[in-house]
Amino acid sequence: MATEIAFPDSAAKAAGAEQEFAPEKMSLSMGPSHPSTHGVLRLQMELDGEVLTKCDPIVGYLHRGDEKIAENMTYNQFVPYTDRLDYLAPLANNMAYAIAVEKLAGLEVPARCQAIRVLTAEMARISAHLMGLGAFGLDVGAWTVLVHSLNQREHLYKLFEELTGARFTTSYTRIGGVSRDVPEGWLGRVIAFCDQFEPALEETLALLTRNKIFQDRTVGVGIITKADALAYGLTGPNLRGSGVALDLRKDRPYSGYEQYEFDVPVGTKGDCYDRYLCRGEEMRQSVRIIRQIVAKFPSGDWYAKDARKIFAPPKDKILTSMEELINNFMIVTEGPQIPAGEVYFEAENPKGALGFYIVSKGGGVPWRMKIRSPSFCNLSILPKVCVGTMMSDVVTLLGSLDFVMGECDR
Amino acid sequence: MSASVDALSALKAKFPQVTDRASRDCPAVDVPTVDLVAALKSLRDEAGFDLLSDVTAIDWAEGATPRFTAVYHLYSTTSHAAVRVASACTGDDAAPAVPSVVDLWPAANWHEREAYDMFGIKFEGHPDLRRILMWDGYPYHPLRKEFPLAGIETALPDLEVAEETQAKVIPAPMVGGPFVASSGEMNLTEAEPRAKDESWNERSAKPQA
Repeated sequence: MATEIAFPDSAAKAAGAEQEFAPEKMSLSMGPSHPSTHGVLRLQMELDGEVLTKCDPIVGYLHRGDEKIAENMTYNQFVPYTDRLDYLAPLANNMAYAIAVEKLAGLEVPARCQAIRVLTAEMARISAHLMGLGAFGLDVGAWTVLVHSLNQREHLYKLFEELTGARFTTSYTRIGGVSRDVPEGWLGRVIAFCDQFEPALEETLALLTRNKIFQDRTVGVGIITKADALAYGLTGPNLRGSGVALDLRKDRPYSGYEQYEFDVPVGTKGDCYDRYLCRGEEMRQSVRIIRQIVAKFPSGDWYAKDARKIFAPPKDKILTSMEELINNFMIVTEGPQIPAGEVYFEAENPKGALGFYIVSKGGGVPWRMKIRSPSFCNLSILPKVCVGTMMSDVVTLLGSLDFVMGECDR
Repeated sequence: MSASVDALSALKAKFPQVTDRASRDCPAVDVPTVDLVAALKSLRDEAGFDLLSDVTAIDWAEGATPRFTAVYHLYSTTSHAAVRVASACTGDDAAPAVPSVVDLWPAANWHEREAYDMFGIKFEGHPDLRRILMWDGYPYHPLRKEFPLAGIETALPDLEVAEETQAKVIPAPMVGGPFVASSGEMNLTEAEPRAKDESWNERSAKPQA
């Protein structure tokens, strides 16, 4: 903190020596290309020695105008853009977007489709938290964690590729369903992944949880109080790390989450260590959910069959029936026909509550679509929480907030 | 759900100007701008809507009244209810205005900056109303309906670089995307029926905003 330096010689003070010796604040710009800003975040900081007195995050370097683009294309055409929001968990974004539009259409998808979506969203959560954990470890000097988590993500990517055809940008959901059913034997491979993942996760977390160096860097660092976390609209593990048990999967269940048993981990102090512990526990709970889904995987349709003018008919029908061919043509060119109205839907994504606010005037194109991105809201607390912390702790804090700039800037 | 219905009934009793708003999910109300801050404060303190999920705006296109609507989404971490509060902006198209709620929720700070950046809505009383996604000094508000999808030619943010390189921010060169054939002599609306952006094309001049 800035302290006044007392000069015994008042004459020297009068001569302007005060300016020479008074603590001068340094302004420092970190990013947009900096390894610990995880993408293109820039922090304009003011430092008093090692301590921050001001921090102004500058975002928008990855702004692509997704909301403007959404107003200019049909609902299904926007699905690939949702991959590129939180690109560490595209399957979870796909699901949140599809449910938002289906809510607007008043459409209920079958149980099998819901189960597939929850299953993929939980796999995406594991994949996103693994990356967050690895990058966080890297930020505080624990290299091995990243290697372990990338190894596990590779297993997940193979499963994603088999299911969706793509490792990274999955674009899996359609309005009213998903792009394809689960392949033969895939669920067994998901369980095989879980079987080897559980011990591997414990091994990875054991590298950090009781690690003295890691604890020294994270315990008591970057404390976000419960009141601050709520006032700044934090969601996800960052809010739960501060002691607020808010999990939309439990509190406002969607897509059949109410059928599954899982616990919501909550922190006590709201420091970087608590946020780390929450993410670790969430991965264990995700595995628990995945096992429950696979154990009672519903049979039946994997898309809403009654959703005419919304979900494209199956290929064999298109090729044999004139009416279905016309229907398919209309869905592809004009877009799924969604009634007028407005809807706001939030899903519990790995980073927090991802919200879609859609205003429709009817037809296949939204009038306005607002994406409420959790990373954007989580970063808005930085000017508050950074003040008074050490420069080196900013790196820890950024790692523990686990943001994705693709989602923040949209 | 009933918690939010009760909260809004109480709100309507307290503020007679508040009216119901059509919604397909959570209960919603329209609040006049004069009552907005008081109504949101009452929802926060009396009805327990402690989390401000989102602040955004809608542009209803040129000529519509109101032209802009500000929309607030509130969530209660105790009753797990959600409400939507909307308020038509006052002022003319060039400078629509709505009171800021940063004093109630610091979370509104960045959301309001974003709405200002994208729509040009002045949030009166905001402590630091700067652009957030576009750069300082950018001349347009891109989410307004009159702003074309392809963009408008603009100077680079760094004037020194701009002078040195003579480079500019240019409209999207590949209309329709890299995998769509050029529309050639046809105008965009004919060549690409699904391109809903009709505010300017090869035959009509770009709007001088």
